[in-house]
Amino acid sequence: MARLIARRFVGALAVVASVIVVTFFLTRALPADPAVYFAGIGGTKEAIAAMRVKLGLDRGLLTQFFVYVRALAEGDLGHSLTTGHPVLDDLARRLPASMELTITALALAAIVGLPAGIAAAIRPNSWLDHLIRLVATFGVAIPTFFMGLMLLHVFYFVLGWAPPPLGRLGSFAVPPPHVTGFYLIDSLLSGDLSTFFAAIAQLALPALTLALFAVAPLARATRAAMIEVLGSDFVRTARAIPLSRAKTLFIYALGNAMLPVLTTIGMVFSFLLGANVLVEKVFGWPGVGSYAIDALIAADYAPVQGFVLLIAILYILLNLFIDIAVIIADPRAAGV
Amino acid sequence: MEFARHLPYMQPRAGSGSLILIVALGLVGVVAPWIAPQDPLATNVAVALKPPSSIHWFGTDAVGRDVFSRVLIATRLDLSIAATAVALAFIVGAAAGTISGYFGGWIDAAIGRLTDTIMAFPLFVLAMGIVAAAGNTVANIVYATAIINIPTYIRVARAEVLVRRDAPFIQAARLVGNGPPRVLAFHLFPNVLPPLVVQASLNMSYAILNAAGLSFIGLGVRPPTPEWGIMVADGAAFIISGEWWVWLFPGLVLTGAVLAFNIAGDGLRDFFDPQKR
Repeated sequence: MARLIARRFVGALAVVASVIVVTFFLTRALPADPAVYFAGIGGTKEAIAAMRVKLGLDRGLLTQFFVYVRALAEGDLGHSLTTGHPVLDDLARRLPASMELTITALALAAIVGLPAGIAAAIRPNSWLDHLIRLVATFGVAIPTFFMGLMLLHVFYFVLGWAPPPLGRLGSFAVPPPHVTGFYLIDSLLSGDLSTFFAAIAQLALPALTLALFAVAPLARATRAAMIEVLGSDFVRTARAIPLSRAKTLFIYALGNAMLPVLTTIGMVFSFLLGANVLVEKVFGWPGVGSYAIDALIAADYAPVQGFVLLIAILYILLNLFIDIAVIIADPRAAGV
Repeated sequence: MEFARHLPYMQPRAGSGSLILIVALGLVGVVAPWIAPQDPLATNVAVALKPPSSIHWFGTDAVGRDVFSRVLIATRLDLSIAATAVALAFIVGAAAGTISGYFGGWIDAAIGRLTDTIMAFPLFVLAMGIVAAAGNTVANIVYATAIINIPTYIRVARAEVLVRRDAPFIQAARLVGNGPPRVLAFHLFPNVLPPLVVQASLNMSYAILNAAGLSFIGLGVRPPTPEWGIMVADGAAFIISGEWWVWLFPGLVLTGAVLAFNIAGDGLRDFFDPQKR
């Protein structure tokens, strides 16, 4: 098992390496001539030439790649022209906002999606099963940003239940003292319930938007996995013994059905990281996604590259984590 | 296209309904300039932000443009971005996947590595990165959408070829003296086509979503060009003041288009592969 896990580690490292190669090319490809760009508007020929040397553009591709990798290793992702800060600092400051949103959404989707999928598998073709299919069909077809706007219109404009879409706390609240960067946790740690509820109120709609998008694939995967497991020999045996219905369902069947669900969670997380960008824009959420959008519109490219690299590495880490969880849960299924 | 012959018999009804919707959307895309009641670019501040009425069916936007006309005109751009991207991804992905599966060895390894690299990114984020790198143009939206879709076709084509590579009919084709290009193009590829077509239909919906998402965040299509994603983004500014028609109608049409291609794709899959149903 240790060897398997080690192999997954090496695999993940290889993927990180190829991701870095891709971001390197994205960096070089953009903008058309980085030297002209960094020399600024009205840069003289000499300034551009000097910048070319400084950026290492006069050297071979391979040398440039090593320069790039060394900067990465030192945590140097360049400077943001719009905020004036190093990109790494900006990303680090804004990442908790994005993670809080994504993880809340994923948790919401799992809390609803898994039981719904199990129920649908126990009673295929019941009304719940059809409802899930309907939600699944629409859930993947409605663009997240459109869903966000519809929820906002209903819950903010018509009903007045939700606060205006202005970030994590509204305009006048003070963020809780920084511990984890997750406002929900930090406000509880400092015992500040009013901030906690303010944070929940702001988080509710964007998290719901993302969760509506994620719940369908989770429910479908759970349903499919459960149906397959429920038809297997060991479940038939468990029923024949007879073990109690609850034990058969929740210990034996569910335990075995969890593996494909786990992999689906990884896939859903990837969608969420992309959809996050759109939802952050709709709700004015100060995460890494809206940071990248603002930079992109201002033709400020270093933050965008940093963002792409960060998200890719996060995603690889998550997949590695899931792979290892699968290996630990069931070494056979991991394909020894 | 051999499968087209069977389309009239395709069930269930949702499948045929979605096909009708797709054809209708395609028609609108073609004839929109002639049936749009107003000039989609003509501004008229006197009627700015008016709710739906008999003159302006979908209301008017912030500068008094007719939302209905803009939604109609946008159909062509949105559908052609998605269709071009899917066609590109289909051609490149099918070719690479077929070659990869047929020859194996280092070609297969190299193409596999490439696929894994693309799949290592959350795809929408990669598309953002590509557009940022290559330049903020509509053409680059198309390329970015194509690139993030290529791995799907590679995987499907490769898997289908692997299954059939050593099938008796392929061996027979080789035995009578067909070279690899001929075997690939005329014996293997026609058999790989149906699952790829299913994939393309499902992919259309994803491509539409992706392109609309990119323009929603301000990439690619520039205002005042009508495009569904941008129109929703324009309308988002009025969420506070409640002028819902500015974003609702383009969003609904966008959703309808995505839904239609999704359901059609599911229908095609059931048709080609009833066991998976």
